[in-house]
Amino acid sequence: MGKATRLAFGETISNLGEINKDIVVLDADLSKSTTSYIFAKKFPERFFELGIQEANMIGISAGLALSGKIPFCCSFACFITGRYDTIRISVAYTKANVRIIGTHAGIGIGEDGTTQMGLEDVSLMRSLPNFSVCQPCDEIETRELIKYSIQHKGPMYIRLTRQSLPVIFNEDYVFEFGKGVTVAEGNDAVIFATGALVHEALKAHEILKNESIGLKVINIHTIKPIDKELIIENAKKFGLVFTAEDHSIIGGLGSAVSEVLAENYPTKVIRIGLPNVFGESGSPESLYKKYKFDGESVAKTIKANL
Amino acid sequence: MLTHSELERIANELRIDIIKAIYNAKSGHPGGSLSAIDIITYLFFNEIKRTPENAFDPDRDRFVLSKGHGVPALYAVLARLGLIEYNELMNLRKLGSRTQGHPSYQDLPYVEASTGSLGQGLSIAIGIAIAGKLDKKNYNVYCMIGDGEMQEGQIWEALMSAPKFKLDNLCVILDYNKSQIDGYIKDVMDLEPIESKLTAFRWNVMEIDGHDFDEIEKAIQTFKKILDKPSFIIAHTIKGKGVSFMEDNIEFHGRAPNEKEFEQALIELQKLLKEKWVKQQG
Repeated sequence: MGKATRLAFGETISNLGEINKDIVVLDADLSKSTTSYIFAKKFPERFFELGIQEANMIGISAGLALSGKIPFCCSFACFITGRYDTIRISVAYTKANVRIIGTHAGIGIGEDGTTQMGLEDVSLMRSLPNFSVCQPCDEIETRELIKYSIQHKGPMYIRLTRQSLPVIFNEDYVFEFGKGVTVAEGNDAVIFATGALVHEALKAHEILKNESIGLKVINIHTIKPIDKELIIENAKKFGLVFTAEDHSIIGGLGSAVSEVLAENYPTKVIRIGLPNVFGESGSPESLYKKYKFDGESVAKTIKANL
Repeated sequence: MLTHSELERIANELRIDIIKAIYNAKSGHPGGSLSAIDIITYLFFNEIKRTPENAFDPDRDRFVLSKGHGVPALYAVLARLGLIEYNELMNLRKLGSRTQGHPSYQDLPYVEASTGSLGQGLSIAIGIAIAGKLDKKNYNVYCMIGDGEMQEGQIWEALMSAPKFKLDNLCVILDYNKSQIDGYIKDVMDLEPIESKLTAFRWNVMEIDGHDFDEIEKAIQTFKKILDKPSFIIAHTIKGKGVSFMEDNIEFHGRAPNEKEFEQALIELQKLLKEKWVKQQG
């Protein structure tokens, strides 16, 4: 097992802090959880602890960005995107160069339950003009995404996991903003997955392989702007598309893929995600099983719809 | 540096521009623009000294209008300073104009931040002030908030945080015109006692008449001398100041004058200018 993507973020940003003095990091009493404490220890003068004041932290980040800094504004996905209007006006409309870091994505956080789970965050952030939305699927991709984000112009929302994830990519992995990445080939079905669910899709790929069903798995790290061409190309090839995300099926990756296909190449889309419900407490494994996010369930969903 | 008499004359001329702009737009917020114009005039002419040449200077003093609905006052000052065209001010709220109904940073970066969803501008001003400290710059950040706006939770988050960072380069000015859309502040959601609340929050608090240039200047000069803590100026103002029937009239919080009211307002403001300044010169 590799690292949680939140930890890969904390390590990467503290390394980048040495090279780029414009990087500043803000947190709202969750620095141990978001792992921004690693940066805080190394660069106390460029770390700002706001206490439990997410809205103020977001606004301060906007002011720092307007003054030439590159702020990484960190909290749990649910708390930070919950201060939506501040993100909407102070960051998005102002087009302030802020990176909103939302950790503890999805039901994958487990026992803490619904109030701590980011379940609608992608939907919220995706609808804001000027915003890009990214979700890496392993520690290497996280590292490369965070490196990329330093040069990106405009606000970004970056969604990270609490739980550790297996490592998929090699050290020489090149992050290409806006481009989907095929992580497993197959000729019978295609699934677009993001974040933790990329690994469940890969498990499904292995299960289905034993049954002679080839599942192509495409990792979507940039949910906005989404890789339109890749989606259309695969819809043409397979005639049916699956999506998987640890997020509500309303407004997330599944919606983004559906929007592309509805307008360009009408294709049936089966969305794996939370079906218009909140989460609940439980072990991450039991929750993934209950909501059919685990590899075995993903394989079953695919088989049932082929 | 302009004399206080010159500032007063300019502010009253800008009151005419504000009324004309809002009348042309057929919508807008005259009350809170007229209550704020004296303070904004003082800041831009005698402190910030904005010119087209220094508008993007990283060392410039900043002004963030957190009460974004008062933006006609800011546009009027920007037009007078030559940063925007006079006809842009007169195209307030029109399709394609940079003079959006509320400040839009992407359309007009001189506003320093997009504001108008109340409660947000002060946090942005704090961010700019922190950046100034980090970069060891000497600029000051002025942020005007509204009294109704002060009911927002984010304002109190911001008020709690600025003293922590010892932002003596930050000066908040409360345009305390005592009313908001639904009525008087004291009835809708009272803010008092403001002074003791802010003192308890560890701000350097001052209380002035927001239409008296001597008092405005004195408070700003005090702010510039105070070290290690931010300043908060409670500026008592009159909503609709300068136009008799708009003064303290909640109706004109967010409605443009009709033709008759417009003409009456112009007569009053022009009469004021003529009596005071022509007489003085004579």
